[in-house]
Amino acid sequence: MENNISLTLKVWRQSDSKAKGGFETYKLETVSTDSSFLEMMDILNEQLVGEGKEPVAFDHDCREGICGMCSLYINGRPHGPDDDVTTCQLHMRKFKNNETITIEPWRSAGFPVIKDLIVDRTAFDQIIAAGGYTSVSTGGVPDANALPIPKDDADEAMDAASCIGCGACVATCKNGSAMLFVSAKVSHLALLPQGQVEAALRAKAMVGKMDELGFGACTNTGACEVECPKGVSIANIARLNREYLSAKLKD
Amino acid sequence: MSNLLSSSIGRKLLMSLSGLFLITFLVVHLSINLLLLIPDGGEAFNVAANFMALPLIKFGLQPVLALGFIVHIAYGAILTAKNNKARGNNKYASGNNTKEVMWASKNMAVLGVTILAFLAVHMVDYWIPLQITHAVGSVTIGGVEMHDTYSLVAANFQNPLKVVLYVIGSLGLAVHLTHGFWSAFQTLGASNTIWRKRWTVIGTVFAWVVSLGFCVIAIAMYACGSCC
Repeated sequence: MENNISLTLKVWRQSDSKAKGGFETYKLETVSTDSSFLEMMDILNEQLVGEGKEPVAFDHDCREGICGMCSLYINGRPHGPDDDVTTCQLHMRKFKNNETITIEPWRSAGFPVIKDLIVDRTAFDQIIAAGGYTSVSTGGVPDANALPIPKDDADEAMDAASCIGCGACVATCKNGSAMLFVSAKVSHLALLPQGQVEAALRAKAMVGKMDELGFGACTNTGACEVECPKGVSIANIARLNREYLSAKLKD
Repeated sequence: MSNLLSSSIGRKLLMSLSGLFLITFLVVHLSINLLLLIPDGGEAFNVAANFMALPLIKFGLQPVLALGFIVHIAYGAILTAKNNKARGNNKYASGNNTKEVMWASKNMAVLGVTILAFLAVHMVDYWIPLQITHAVGSVTIGGVEMHDTYSLVAANFQNPLKVVLYVIGSLGLAVHLTHGFWSAFQTLGASNTIWRKRWTVIGTVFAWVVSLGFCVIAIAMYACGSCC
């Protein structure tokens, strides 16, 4: 079948967070180029189960690019060789026949490996819990025009809100910095009137938590923006810097 | 405020402000160095150098400049160490294939150390003889006796090795600034999608004008030799 390819996979295996871990090499003979990367991983796991071996642990959930669960550092890039997609939306047609694919977990001090390709990303939940919300009683559904919001602001807020918290920004950053994630979460609320009330508190609390959890500082390389599956812009980082510095100076 | 300066963004703020301050210093330094190119036997340059040795500048501004350097270097080192720690000990076996990332932005620390090495040589060549040991000839211009700084510079630039070092230092500075300039404004929050492009263009032009300015002076001084 011309639509099938054979692959050699170098997969990171690690039995638990304390174990040393290392690469295992597997061969897959017939993988449809129409399958997604995660479907290819399923085929690998079926094969491993058939051989009586333990399947590879990897994160996945919605498989339609909106949940942020899938990760995987594939051939030197988070979410693999395609641009602006998550691993679940990466297709095997992006790979060549007989190619060797190296599959690693996110690597960063803030994201320790739990097992195989799964890393602990609860640090992101802790940052959100520190201030990534608005504490308003929303009540009933308001009239659509009751709260006028400029189109540009609404668009920018929506773009920032498209962050799915997958952690590709941290995975690719040479500083292990979570600034793109935090800036997206601060921005989508800072741009809207509902977010104004707690804007200063939010910026301080989320940056404080980010620092406390051991993420690095931003050096504006822009690698995060390139690898973000949702194309979140580092203009959000400039906004976060603005929000944080003005909040601190008002103290 | 102490809380601010121990945060990641606060530390970056210090890098940004000290960097911008050092950029203004470069402009002053280049302006004075350009006087070397006036074919007046170094008179204009000597007068300017003598002005920069006035007590007010020597004891008033020089410590501020030194502080600018110290803050930039110290916080650069602290941030680099912390960022390496945040990156973690486990490296990617498949390397990094992310394209469209400026080389300079990933190598600011290496470029910084290059510039620091150049700075050290520069201090030994000029700052120590001019301000500490005063082991420099003198010249009288308009009835005022002063250091013959011009002859010191001219003599140094007759050494081809020093010219090459000077050019390497200047080029390292240019590459450092192509990222540092726009990055400083990004850190201050004075950037968005439009201004990022503008700061990048302004910064790149500025970096190369300043750097090539220093290079042209060094090469011209070497080429001229005894003629001017």
